[in-house]
Amino acid sequence: MLTVENLTKVYPTGAKALSDVSFLVDEPKVIAIIGPSGAGKSTLIRCVNRLVEPTSGKVLLGDTDVISLNRRGLRKARRRMGMIFQEYNLVERLTVMENVLSGRLGFVGFWRAYRRKFPSDDVAAAFRLLDRVGLEGYHNTRADALSGGERQRVGIARALMQAPDLLLVDEPTASLDPKTSRQIMRLLVELAHEAGTPALVNIHDVALAQTFSDRIIGLAAGEIVFDGSSDQLTADVLTRIYGEEDWSTTIRTDDDNDNGMTEGSDEGKQKGRPEKDQGSIPEASAG
Amino acid sequence: MTAQTKIQGATPRQWHTIKLIENPYLRYGFLALVVVYFFWSLGTLDIDWHRVDSGMTRAGNMFSRMVPPDFGRWELLVKGLVESVQMALAASFFGMIVAVPLGLCAAVNLVPKPVYLVARTIIVLSRTFHEVIIAIFFVKIFGFGPLAGVLTLIVASASFISKMLAEDIENLPPGQLEAVRATGASFPKLLIYCISPQALPRYLGVSIYRLDANIRHSTVVGIVGAGGIGQVLAASFSRYDYDFSLAILIAIVTIVFVGEFFSTWVRGRLR
Repeated sequence: MLTVENLTKVYPTGAKALSDVSFLVDEPKVIAIIGPSGAGKSTLIRCVNRLVEPTSGKVLLGDTDVISLNRRGLRKARRRMGMIFQEYNLVERLTVMENVLSGRLGFVGFWRAYRRKFPSDDVAAAFRLLDRVGLEGYHNTRADALSGGERQRVGIARALMQAPDLLLVDEPTASLDPKTSRQIMRLLVELAHEAGTPALVNIHDVALAQTFSDRIIGLAAGEIVFDGSSDQLTADVLTRIYGEEDWSTTIRTDDDNDNGMTEGSDEGKQKGRPEKDQGSIPEASAG
Repeated sequence: MTAQTKIQGATPRQWHTIKLIENPYLRYGFLALVVVYFFWSLGTLDIDWHRVDSGMTRAGNMFSRMVPPDFGRWELLVKGLVESVQMALAASFFGMIVAVPLGLCAAVNLVPKPVYLVARTIIVLSRTFHEVIIAIFFVKIFGFGPLAGVLTLIVASASFISKMLAEDIENLPPGQLEAVRATGASFPKLLIYCISPQALPRYLGVSIYRLDANIRHSTVVGIVGAGGIGQVLAASFSRYDYDFSLAILIAIVTIVFVGEFFSTWVRGRLR
């Protein structure tokens, strides 16, 4: 699905953001990328869809060599990658519906986009998605009238409108309060599983990463220092990623009973009886 | 007790804000220089108080000849006014159109560096000269009349609106542009789906403001012969028809007021 090989990015200032990063995404799973600020998490995600041009290395989306594409080819490749941002990045003066439909911009012609006349299938899909993310009836609300959590829901719907082969998610919860963060992560993970889409999620909250991801990649100073399942994340590993610190309160233990992967939060409390192994996300909820 | 005094002794008990020039000698020295220069330059101006005095009586004479204002030649007046307003409207309209491509090319976050530099150079050059100087050029090229005035105001409007537009686009949150680019949208789609909705209200607001400004400026460029009410005003002054001049001035004030109110009203509705 996605192959990243020896990806290196050196910024014009000489700062080396990524050095020789390689990994493979071959299952539709949620992969959390953790690491301290400045470790290169954002750069990594943006190099995949070339919002940042990598210095060297390879990015393969399916069979498409993203790095060698010309502008036209790159636009086509970007259609296959949905992106979700920390600051939501909605076009604020546009309505929720226009923002969601902007996920189809790569697919429709200029005049359709200009007159906002999207194919009825797209409109139907947009209404369904708005429903699914819990924003029923918000389609004519202007984006700048929404709260942070609502904006991120629109952001998620916009990314999924592309029916992407891959989701690139950059710090989706960093601007949200803890409760909304969990709701957003839960929604994101559910939708990714429903659509069978793998997701690369930058996140600096280790507990959230452990709770909601199937696999964790640890970045430190632009290099991958850990790549494994979330229950392999030990104090030792965290020290390798972030440096020396008392990690005993950060790591989720087995008796933590929020597995975060249930259908809805309240329902989950009842049926989500803690089972022996919660380190990995139960595939069952993916369908 | 001793411990307390010791702590108090160690803690500063005085604090003042950071001065622009820290060194007091430098600071007051600089101030003294400014004062000395001011009085010295007053001395070199060589103001002739007799001329000021006789000017005063002439002013009194002129103002007394101004009242009552003479609206007798109102046909000439209205013709000039209509011409001015038409010049302003035409100049604003074409200025708005020219400003769009120029403004887009002058936004550093949209175009390659060379394009940006060329567009910025055009804007800066056309803003370097005052309208009156540009008007003199156009009058020399195209002769007396409103054509020269309209062209002058188009140049001034286009450079003003495009500069505002470019600055507005540069101030767009980069994330929104990034997000729309990330969907695979091409540049034209980015333009209509992200830049235009975000920048349009202010672009219209600036254009309406410019229309208001153009009404004022159209009276000025007329004085150098570029048409409109200004030309009528200049003629009346040179013929010492001061009562007619006052009528024209009153008309200009009225029309500028109307323009100002209209512009404020429209911009209020654009929020």
